[in-house]
Amino acid sequence: MVNGTRLGIGALLAALLAAPAFLPPFYVYLLALILVTGLLATSLNLVLGFGGMYQFHHGVFYGIGAYTLAIAITKLNWPAWAGMVAGPLAAALAGLLMGLVCVRLERLYFGMLQLSLGSFVWIVALRWYPITGGDNGLHGIPLPAGLQPLDSAYRFILVTVAASLLALWAVVRSPFGLTLQAIRDNPQRCPVVGIPVRAHQLAAMVLAAFFAGVAGILYVVLERSVFPNMLFWVLSLEILVMCLLGGWFTFLGPLLGAALVVALRVFAGRHTEYWTLILGVLLILLIFFLPEGILGTLRARRAQNLRVSMPQPTPAGDAHG
Amino acid sequence: MDPVAVLGQILVGLSRAMILFIVAAGLSLVLGVLRVPNVFHGSLYMIGAFVAWTVAEAMGEHPARLWAALVAAPLATAAVGLVVERTLLCRLYQREHLMLILFTFGVMLILNDLVKLGWGPTYRSLVPPEALQGSVSVLGVALPRYNLVLLLAGPLVATALWLFAHRTRIGKIARAAATDREMVAVLGIDVGRVFAVAFGVGCLLAGLGGALVAPTTSITLGMDHTLLIESFLIVIIGGLGNLWGALVGSLLFGVAHSVGLLIWPQFAIAFPYAITAGVLLLRPQGLLRSVW
Repeated sequence: MVNGTRLGIGALLAALLAAPAFLPPFYVYLLALILVTGLLATSLNLVLGFGGMYQFHHGVFYGIGAYTLAIAITKLNWPAWAGMVAGPLAAALAGLLMGLVCVRLERLYFGMLQLSLGSFVWIVALRWYPITGGDNGLHGIPLPAGLQPLDSAYRFILVTVAASLLALWAVVRSPFGLTLQAIRDNPQRCPVVGIPVRAHQLAAMVLAAFFAGVAGILYVVLERSVFPNMLFWVLSLEILVMCLLGGWFTFLGPLLGAALVVALRVFAGRHTEYWTLILGVLLILLIFFLPEGILGTLRARRAQNLRVSMPQPTPAGDAHG
Repeated sequence: MDPVAVLGQILVGLSRAMILFIVAAGLSLVLGVLRVPNVFHGSLYMIGAFVAWTVAEAMGEHPARLWAALVAAPLATAAVGLVVERTLLCRLYQREHLMLILFTFGVMLILNDLVKLGWGPTYRSLVPPEALQGSVSVLGVALPRYNLVLLLAGPLVATALWLFAHRTRIGKIARAAATDREMVAVLGIDVGRVFAVAFGVGCLLAGLGGALVAPTTSITLGMDHTLLIESFLIVIIGGLGNLWGALVGSLLFGVAHSVGLLIWPQFAIAFPYAITAGVLLLRPQGLLRSVW
């Protein structure tokens, strides 16, 4: 990473850590929500943008992480920290089980099978009243006193999200991550050169599910409630929109996309109950005018400028001039 | 278990399967011919139900109110679909599936909010004409009279679609385009027009499904949500773009759900999803292959 970028991220982190000191609580809450949703979208992008897999029902792992923590505390009387460890692990386990089934299929079929398995889990959450609270969800989940004030919940979320993003960045940059991108770019050639494609895809799914589970427990820390809509397919498509909006071939794109969509929902939602109409129009404009998303387009433009400003090789060798 | 109750559930399941089939057949047509996984197909189904209600209300006590609704709703949804296809969607056919899914998701968000704007969030219900109220006895089972309409509509639509696909010129071209659209284009045929017709028919079927279901359920925002996923799964387990596959898948879904109600009512709606997962595990390409 360029040193300037590193400095910028450091400054941003410091500003975010200090934010509760000068921001009104509403904005602290909004920032926390953006961070949680951003981590969720980034985890999806590991398989979607970097893996080229049609993960249509990513929300299910978010929901499983959140429900695991909520159930561990309210029904099993576990200490909160144990639930927080169990949440992402349960999500990863679900990712493993679902992945074992799904990675056998190609793109659209992969997505559809996932959608069907995810909807199955959604129904369980919706109907298993004694455990999940059914369509009411679970509310007022008691968390340790230290995490109760919004400021400390926010800081906990910030630190966890930052650590998770760092881990995800390391994954994307690792040989594993590069192989994953090679599979995305050339799914035919990779098996020929001896890359175990399905094993890589499965591992990516488990990792993505794990971090979606982390986002899930953070959601509980912020809201102290869970509800079945977390596992509904509409939320999963909304996360896809976030990845597209920010730029799904970039690492920070999904985070930016999440920030924009969450802010749109909160601010537009104050003035109109038709905010999804705005989101729909935005999405269509995006597909037509910015198919690589905001950061993707910026990067492409910067690369172009760089080429223009560099001394061009003389076209002397070109016979046609 | 009481055999009459089982038979009754199966009959109810079959009527629901017919609705699922009509909607899924439209989705299957669009997916098979245009390769567009149309996420706003469910919204058209919902719009069909609302338009049917509006038309029936406007006609008051007129004896033909239901039939007028059953004609007007599909025409309305076909019109909506054609406007979207001709203005925007037709520019995206070269893009990958994911973009098409997100585009149609965007249209879904817009359409659903427009329905909320137009009809409001309250529940509506459409009363079937007197001749179709009450119930008839089928092998000792009291079946709502209106369900007979549904049980007839399914096979009728299936036959009409088969005739369209196999006996009309444009239907044959659509089938050919589903298999190899480049070849069809090379032959000098205007693929765009074929796509528009196929898309229009697909949207028409969504609206017809919505209008048909209207007298049996409460018409409300969100009635499209699970139906969309169910029709997608039916299309997938039936075999992408296969008409008879959509029929088999719908029957499987409808009956699994209604029999599930007898076995484990609380989780009955999970049965079809479990079946889908099972089918895809054993036959990832779906139950039937070949297009239309």
